[in-house]
Order: sequence, then structure tokens, then C-alpha cells
Amino acid sequence: MSRQRVNWPAISLIAPAVIVLLVIGIYPLLFALDISFRQYQLTKQYLGTGYVGFQNYVAVFNDPLFWQSLLRTGQFFLLTVPLQVVFGVLIALFIDGVRWRPLSFLMRVLLVVPIAVTPTVVGLIGRLLFNRDFGFMNYLLSLFNIPPVSWLGEPLPAMLTIALVDIWQWTPFVALVMLSGLSMISQDVLESGQLDAGRGWNLFRHVQAPYLLPGLTAILILRTADILKLFDMVFVLTRGGPGVSTELVSVYIQRVGFRVFDMGVASAQAILLLILCIVLSRGYIRLFYREIEA
Amino acid sequence: MSAVSYSQRGQSRRRSRHAFTYFWQGVVAILLIAVFLMPVYWMITTALKTTADTFAVPPVLIFQPTFEHFRAVYEEGSVAKSLVNSLIVAISATALSVLIGAPAAYVLARFNFRGKSDLWFWIISNRFISPIVVALPFFLIARDLRLLDTHLALILVYLTFGVPLVVWLCVDQFRAVPREVDEAATVDGATIWQVFFRINLPLAMPGIVVSAILAFIAAWNELMFALVLTRAEARTAPVEAANFMTGFGIRWGPMMATGTLIVLPVVIFALLVSRNLVRGLTMGAVK
Repeated sequence: MSRQRVNWPAISLIAPAVIVLLVIGIYPLLFALDISFRQYQLTKQYLGTGYVGFQNYVAVFNDPLFWQSLLRTGQFFLLTVPLQVVFGVLIALFIDGVRWRPLSFLMRVLLVVPIAVTPTVVGLIGRLLFNRDFGFMNYLLSLFNIPPVSWLGEPLPAMLTIALVDIWQWTPFVALVMLSGLSMISQDVLESGQLDAGRGWNLFRHVQAPYLLPGLTAILILRTADILKLFDMVFVLTRGGPGVSTELVSVYIQRVGFRVFDMGVASAQAILLLILCIVLSRGYIRLFYREIEA
Repeated sequence: MSAVSYSQRGQSRRRSRHAFTYFWQGVVAILLIAVFLMPVYWMITTALKTTADTFAVPPVLIFQPTFEHFRAVYEEGSVAKSLVNSLIVAISATALSVLIGAPAAYVLARFNFRGKSDLWFWIISNRFISPIVVALPFFLIARDLRLLDTHLALILVYLTFGVPLVVWLCVDQFRAVPREVDEAATVDGATIWQVFFRINLPLAMPGIVVSAILAFIAAWNELMFALVLTRAEARTAPVEAANFMTGFGIRWGPMMATGTLIVLPVVIFALLVSRNLVRGLTMGAVK
């Protein structure tokens, strides 16, 4: 509408990114949307790939396993994220209070290690540590005279196992996010806060906690997105088993798509998951990237 | 509050209280580091233990290290090949992500145009989309294009997270370059391309390197797309590692040796950019 001069050189700099993201970001989504309305079973090609309307979606809505996997994903969130936040905040407060500078620096650096470890390898390490016969976890329990637990062989212990592993890997992340919040508090604010509120709990509640809130919101939403995505670690550690007891939503959709080979139904599930992701990310970006709109 | 502590006694009491603080903070720090590094330590030591030591109950803490598992892994070849595949895919995907993402970040940092916030939203929103959503269509498309089990398919797919990561991290970096520098150069007759490549790119290099490292880590660690899109020829290291879990009789030693080889480069990289890792993972929501 406006008769602005078109800045072709600038467009040429941004165009590759836009084109690439259109081709590999949007096109596959449209493709999945199309497939989700088709009959598409890789093992039964003779059935053809005609349109079947909303049949796949109806199948998904009537599939208890899908809803169970979503519910299970929610349970997994409740099992991990609150503990990650509590431990994360405590660790952040601790590191923030460490008097010897080199030690706090060392901790900041070393906490990065769990975050970076390849999730697939994390799954393998989990298999080793939670092995029933010679794993380190059962050895720890034996020190307290607790009989060995078949961590990966029974539903509840298996869920606890993937939760513990997730807590191990992502608590440092929460701690580092919280630490960056704490480091925003200027020395003046902290000192006047100590005069008003004293130390310990009061100082935390009235002075430090407000600085942690933005980071906390970011963590809640990012952990939600990441747990909806979570696949590698669980796939390697339990394959969703025993039975379907640790089959989180991404693991379940992967099974329907690539082990049952029902692309139509899996695509319908994926589209529903996508809608969930978009709703969540809308909220997130509204909260955190307002600046760009200005 | 320190008016009373000028006396000798007060001072020495305070010093001993400080010493006590140092002491308990040191103890807690060692415990925390032990908890968070222990699994990695256990992996590395298992890779260096004989099979008999691996199965020992209680666990053997002091042992004669052996490189037999690393040698076995090397001699079998498939792990070495998968590491080379991972290297090819991760480096190519990273290079392309930077090549495509950095100029886009510059434009987003410098120019205002209609639809900019939509474009921005769209680029960021890639962080939230579960890979399984696109893994299904990618598989079918790659099959039709006969790109299954090729490096190219994985490299292209990895741009879905590489480009957004680079764009976000570099926008901040380009914003930090003063606008006046651009304007001065433009007055002197430089084109946007020259301003970008000759002036902004070198100035933003530290941030670009960091974003490249983070993109590399993400590509190197990726499992799902690799699992779906590769078979034997282009199989990456995480797929190879996951494969140890199938079949009878898990070979713990070689498996942990493979895990060590996979984790080593990313951990080194992560330690190098430790300050920026959190920023990258939160797409900048947390500085």
C-alpha cells in the first residue's frame, strides 16, 4: 500500500532464510496435514492413499493410547519440573552465595556438562546406572539394605527412572537460568534489601524472588515444549516400556508412524500435537519477545 | 552493623566464621559436582574397565584401565564410520545455517518492514515444534526424492533448527554494532552487501562463532530425524549408539566407549561456550 522504495539488496540477504524455512519448515507441515486426511498405511500399499475425510482424526479421538500418552506426558511434567525448579533455585542461591569466586565460576562451567551430553548417550548411561544386577543405583540402595529394584522392568520404577534421568539432565539448566536472574540484582538493591528484610527466607521472598519470575516462566514453557518433544532419551532407555508405561506422546507417535507404519493416523496425531505446540508457543512469545513489536 | 566488631575478639570470631563458610560451601560444591558429573564419569570408567570389572558388585572404584573396548570399536569400523557421518552432517548443517541465518539476522536487526514481527514469530516458533511432527512428512518426501540414507537429507532437515538458532543469537549481536558505522559506510558509497560482509560480519564474529557452536551441538546430538532418515550409509553416531540396545547380550564396554567418543566433542564445545549455552537453549529469553 505504502509507496516505499523496495530495498532489493536487503531482501536478497533475508530471502535465503525465508525460502529455506518455507521449503523445509512449512511445506512438510502442509504435507503432514494432507496425509492426515488420507488413508496411508505403508505396510498395506494395496489400499491406496485416497482421502478419507476426518476418519484419521476420529480414530485418534477414539484411541485411548493417544490420550493416555498425553496424560502420561503430563504426569512426567509434574514428576520432573517442580523438583527441577526447587533444586534449581536452591543450587542457584547456593552458587550465588559462594564466597570464593573461582569456586562459583567452576560450578557455573561444570553445570553445563549434563545439559550438553547427547540425550541418546544419556539413555545408554541410564541403562547402565539403573541396571538391576550391577547398576550403581541398586548398589546405592543396597548400602541402606534396600533390596534391588527392577528399575526398567516394571511400570512405576521405569517412569521414576526416566524422571530421575530428566531431573539429572535439566536441573542444571534451571539452576543456570535462575542464576542469571539472581545476577541481575545489583549490590545496592541487595544491601538495602538485607536492611529491610534481613536474611534467609525473607530476603529471598521480598528481594530475590521477583528477579526469578521471568526466568521461571521461561522455564515452565520451555520445559513444556521440551517434554512434548522428548524422544531420544526415553527411546533408548525404555523404548516406551515395559508395555506402554513410559510411552510419552512423541515416543507414541513415532511408534505409530515408524513401527506400525500408519502414516495417516500418525500424521493426524502429529497435527494435533502441532496445534498444542503452537498454542503454547504463542503464549510464550507474547510473554518474552514483546520488544520486537515496538 | 559492624560497629562492634573492631575489637580483636570480634575480628577473629568473624574470621573463623568466614573460614567455616568457606568450608561448608566447599563441601556442598563438591557434592553437587559429584552428583552432576557422576553419570558421565561412570560412562568413561566403564569404557575403560574390563568386562569382569563392569559386572562387579559392589562396583570396582579402582581398576587397571584398558583400551580394549575403544580398540574393538575402532576395529569394527561401523562406529568410526558413523562418527565421520555425524561430523560431515553436523559441520555442513552448521555452515549452511550460518551462511543463511547470519544475513537474515542482520536484516532483522537493521531494517523495519511490514510483516517483520510475523516473520520473527515464525522463526522463533520453530523452537517449539516437536520434531515428530515433521519427521513423518520428511520421511515420505525423502523417500519420493530418493534421498533416504543420504547426508544431504539430514543436512537439509537440520536447517529447521540450525537457521532459527543462528538468526536469534546473531540478531542481538548485530544490534550491538552501532548504526553509525553502517551509515558512514553507506555515505561513502558502500552497498548493503559490502556493509554487511566487510563491516558487520567481522564485528559480529564472536557471536556468530557461538551460534555456530550451538548449532553444531544441536545437530551432533540429534537422534529422531537420523533414526528415521538413515539406514546404513549415512547413519549418524547417535543412531549407531542407540543400536547397541537391540539384540541379545548388551556389550557394555564398547557401548560406553562409543558414548564417550560421541559426548567428548560436544562437552568440550559446551564448556567453551558455557556462558552462552543457556541463552541459546532459551532462544534468548534469558540473557
